[in-house]
Amino acid sequence: QNIRERMAGEQLVLLDFWASPFCNRVKIALAEKGLKAREREEDLFGGKSELLLKSNPVHQKVPVFLHNGKPVCESTNIVTYIDETWTSPPLLPTCTYERARARFWADFIDKKLFDTGGNIWRSTGQEQEAATKDFIQIVKLLEGTLGDKEFLSGDKFGFIDIILIPLTSWFYAYETFGGFKVEDHCPKLSAWIKRCSERESVAKVLPCPQKVCELVGMMRKMNGIE
Amino acid sequence: MAEEVKLFKTWSSPYGLRAVWALKLKGIEYESIDEDHDNKSPQLLQYNPVHKKIPVLIHNGKPVAESLVIVEYIDETWKQNPILPQDPYECATACFWAKFGDEKVLPSIWRVFIQEGKAQEELLGQAMENLKFLEEQLEGKVFFGGEKIGLVDIALGWIANLTCMLEEISGLKLITQEKFPLLFGWMQNFVCTVFVCLNPKPTERPRQLGGLQALDY
Repeated sequence: QNIRERMAGEQLVLLDFWASPFCNRVKIALAEKGLKAREREEDLFGGKSELLLKSNPVHQKVPVFLHNGKPVCESTNIVTYIDETWTSPPLLPTCTYERARARFWADFIDKKLFDTGGNIWRSTGQEQEAATKDFIQIVKLLEGTLGDKEFLSGDKFGFIDIILIPLTSWFYAYETFGGFKVEDHCPKLSAWIKRCSERESVAKVLPCPQKVCELVGMMRKMNGIE
Repeated sequence: MAEEVKLFKTWSSPYGLRAVWALKLKGIEYESIDEDHDNKSPQLLQYNPVHKKIPVLIHNGKPVAESLVIVEYIDETWKQNPILPQDPYECATACFWAKFGDEKVLPSIWRVFIQEGKAQEELLGQAMENLKFLEEQLEGKVFFGGEKIGLVDIALGWIANLTCMLEEISGLKLITQEKFPLLFGWMQNFVCTVFVCLNPKPTERPRQLGGLQALDY
């Protein structure tokens, strides 16, 4: 089935921000399913759109995925919704235990990675060193769960890979401001990043890490950090 | 095949109670292992090396950690009395509100009770806003899950337990019948269903805590 056939009669809209790893999860999941949403870029610094505020009144954040006008919020939730609505190819495994494992790691990644990375670029000195140490500990745990597998989900690119890979486009920014390299601590994870980045759905979606780093530099200045 | 189901929990943790309620709803026999928060067992640390926390469900020797992940696992493994909706959109909605409870409502209520004076007033506003969202979700429903208890009810069950305890200690009433009539009614329904209907020994007297029974058993 090509994209047109898949999408016949369906209206898919994504309230988006180019650098948001959470929005990029949704785009990758859709691409894996042979789908594409109409992407509406939000101006997160200038002013959020009426549609965003109306569709996500609780958090007022991107991404919001609108399926025939009905909003789904929270990126991990959206990826699950996409997987359950368009079932092939499956992103989550069929085995119940493996699904629980996938959800566990998605929860871990959601709770720890972006915030800890944020602590690196939002601080300086001792605080930054502590945040860098925390971050390295987190990626080491991810390296551990990857092990010698080709993907976090196993033999095939799947749910946990989609949850993590967009966050890695922010790693260069963390490395630049924190003064470290993920590759030095996590060679297997770094190889996994390269492998995933060669995948069409990922290559088309993820922003250039240098551009993300520039954005982070701008946000540092805005917050008066140097 | 005889199933082996164990649950590592503590007597008081609301996260552990979620797993208890899910297992009870499904009528699943399990062995309860109560942990000491300050002195965790080597088995717990072995089964949950990442977070080193309860609850952890062990099903035929395999561990599942994180309370909402456990509830979903229980729901997918044992099909009777479904907890999550079948429809993907309703399921996404349920997961959204469960997460909202954990990430926003619980911290905002906790912060109100540990602060005083002007700081408390400001935090109160935030907590009330969060509770208003929940109140809206109960419109036309008995439970968040509809006619029956669902994921969101299980995820928010701590409100019935913890909030009453905190209100009793601090004297500050957060969820009253006047301010949040639907939430107030829901708390009564939830306690009744979870304690009375699921308790295998109805002759046991519940422990009294601020007018509402303690929900752990």
